[in-house]
Amino acid sequence: MMKGLLGIEQLERDEIEAILARAKDFQPLQNQSFKRLDTLRGKMIVNLFFEASTRTRTSFEIAAKRLGADAVSITASGSSVSKGESLVDTLNTLAAMRPNAIVMRHAASGAPYFLARHLPIPIINAGDGAHEHPTQALLDARTILDNRGQLEGLRVAIIGDIAHSRVARSNVHLLSKFGVDIVLCGPASLLPAELGQIAPGVTLTNDIREAIRGADVIMMLRVQLERQHEAAFPAGEYFQFYGLRLDHLALAKPDAIVMHPGPINRGRELSSEVADFQRSVILNQVENGIAVRMAVLERMIGEQTHC
Amino acid sequence: MSKLIVKNGRVIDPASNFDGVADVAIEDRRIAHVGQNLNAMGARIFDATGLVVAPGFIDMHVHLREPGIEHAETIETGSRAAAAGGFTSVCAMPNTIPVNDNATVTSYIVERARQFAVTNVFPIGAITRGSEGEELAALGSMKNAGIVAVSDDGRPVMNARVMRRAMEFARSLDLPVIDHCEDLNLSSGGDMHEGLTSVRLGLRGIPAASEDVMVARDILLAQATGARFHVAHISSRHSVAMVAHARRLGIAVTCEATPHHFVLTDEMLAAYDSNYKMKPPLRSHCDTGAVIDGIVSGAVDAIATDHAPHPGSEKMQEFEKCPFGILGLETALGLSLEHLYHTGKIPLSRLVALFTTGPAGVLGLDRGTLKPGVPADVTIFDTECAWTYDVNRSYSKSKNSPFDGKRFRGGPVATIVAGVVVWQRDRQAG
Repeated sequence: MMKGLLGIEQLERDEIEAILARAKDFQPLQNQSFKRLDTLRGKMIVNLFFEASTRTRTSFEIAAKRLGADAVSITASGSSVSKGESLVDTLNTLAAMRPNAIVMRHAASGAPYFLARHLPIPIINAGDGAHEHPTQALLDARTILDNRGQLEGLRVAIIGDIAHSRVARSNVHLLSKFGVDIVLCGPASLLPAELGQIAPGVTLTNDIREAIRGADVIMMLRVQLERQHEAAFPAGEYFQFYGLRLDHLALAKPDAIVMHPGPINRGRELSSEVADFQRSVILNQVENGIAVRMAVLERMIGEQTHC
Repeated sequence: MSKLIVKNGRVIDPASNFDGVADVAIEDRRIAHVGQNLNAMGARIFDATGLVVAPGFIDMHVHLREPGIEHAETIETGSRAAAAGGFTSVCAMPNTIPVNDNATVTSYIVERARQFAVTNVFPIGAITRGSEGEELAALGSMKNAGIVAVSDDGRPVMNARVMRRAMEFARSLDLPVIDHCEDLNLSSGGDMHEGLTSVRLGLRGIPAASEDVMVARDILLAQATGARFHVAHISSRHSVAMVAHARRLGIAVTCEATPHHFVLTDEMLAAYDSNYKMKPPLRSHCDTGAVIDGIVSGAVDAIATDHAPHPGSEKMQEFEKCPFGILGLETALGLSLEHLYHTGKIPLSRLVALFTTGPAGVLGLDRGTLKPGVPADVTIFDTECAWTYDVNRSYSKSKNSPFDGKRFRGGPVATIVAGVVVWQRDRQAG
């Protein structure tokens, strides 16, 4: 049994395949009138969100509830964290309540590792700083598979603020394990050269047209102003050079899909027309988020004999 | 008159080019003789058969945290940790509360050390008032009170003009200027060395260039002013190359390396363990290799620890909130033996020099030798003994070390300060 999910980097390919396959089983549930299973009945999951998040937290909550588990969500602003309690004390307090898993979002890279070192409970990383966001990469892979059938041999362009993006890191690790041709694109200040060695099959470019040419999938990233501590590019020039416009799409494969982890900024990283573009699968990603998180929670908790 | 003879050890005294089995006689707190079969009549005997007998080790870069941060370390606990690491002298960096930027604080440290320290403690004074990088501190009166060098360690002087004036003034006082070379604008916000690992981990990087540009600046200022400039904890390959080049040009530049900068690399941070978080950060394999090459070639003068105690509560946080720095005193010799001597990179006499004549030369101290007449500071160590470092049994008040639980081959056995055995390894405990 795997203990928690801290990142994609250390996952084996067959583990990923198993989660994606299980998520597919859960997809039809979305369209049923009665959506609840009782696989995790009596289990308790704590969603510990130290950083603002609507879609990921809600998605994890719904996933837990559909599996019959009890989900409690704690956000930093409403918790003792804002009263100066240290992370380790917060965690010890929560551990004493004996949850079956903790889902954690934190602005500091590596925070779930800290948690996993101190607690014997499975920790599911719901995004740590600029490091990883494993369930996002899994739901992105599920979405690509729904549209393409297989990952091998695809060309995926990931465009935007790569340096600060945990979504990009997790996607790169996942796609690389499946032999995808990955192109990372952004301004040099947001695209450190070392990214080229982060996983096999990765190339870098500062030219959005070159990135999109021949792509099967175009993944746009949000510009994370909250993680940029200085001006990484001249003010006002981002959209001009790295925003995705409809005319760019002609360079991609004719049936290329456009993805975005949300929340989108119309007019910043993609034009409004692209956001509403028929081959944009942004809302499918949201739907798949629930199915994938159900698969992850079931795998982390369902096989526990006791806790 | 008290007399102690350290018998039958392999005496290595780089200052007099001596390396051979001999006895060391100590009388009246000073070295009396080094020779064969010295008359032991009336003397206490320390049997050093099979051990190395060296001049007392000097650690020129230590944070004793007193005054002001005594919950992390004190002059007493820090000096006890030093003794347990084989050091007979330590230099105390000035970033205390208050900062050691005037003779009153210097005198306080000297007096506390006289009362509580088991080793010699040599204070280092701040370069600027409050180490704020603006107005020169009272260098002259601090020198009279006992400082042996000046440094704004950890809060380096960013204004080149201020550094120039400091070097000019330090030169006239014959004090070396030690710089923690870090361009604070380039390194701002960084948590670890900038490279593939920082990119993988999503941690903000501290580029090697932030060290290199300051080493370059200070070398040029040292040349212009004639000051003695010493690079603290050198860690990047370009910095090592620049120091070596400057020395070939005859510029008065020296440097020290810490064991962690030639033993550990940035890849150790993969689990976000804050015991690997320090400044300068652990760098790449290329850089650690260059530091070792600098030690081998002679470009590096001294091994220093940058012993930086932090209480557990401060290291038990999110990685980016944890303070920089690790303990170093008790593991320095063991790590140096393992990575420099047992690997065959340098002979034992060179290793001893890095802990003795090296730092003594940088600081102009009349120590680091076993010549008759000098204070009887002696470090006795074993190149082979097996022992395990248990940080919970450390003399330091803090426990922040990445080497907890590490098995060592070789380490200190006894430490003699002014003729008194202040620490001795408990052989049973191993």
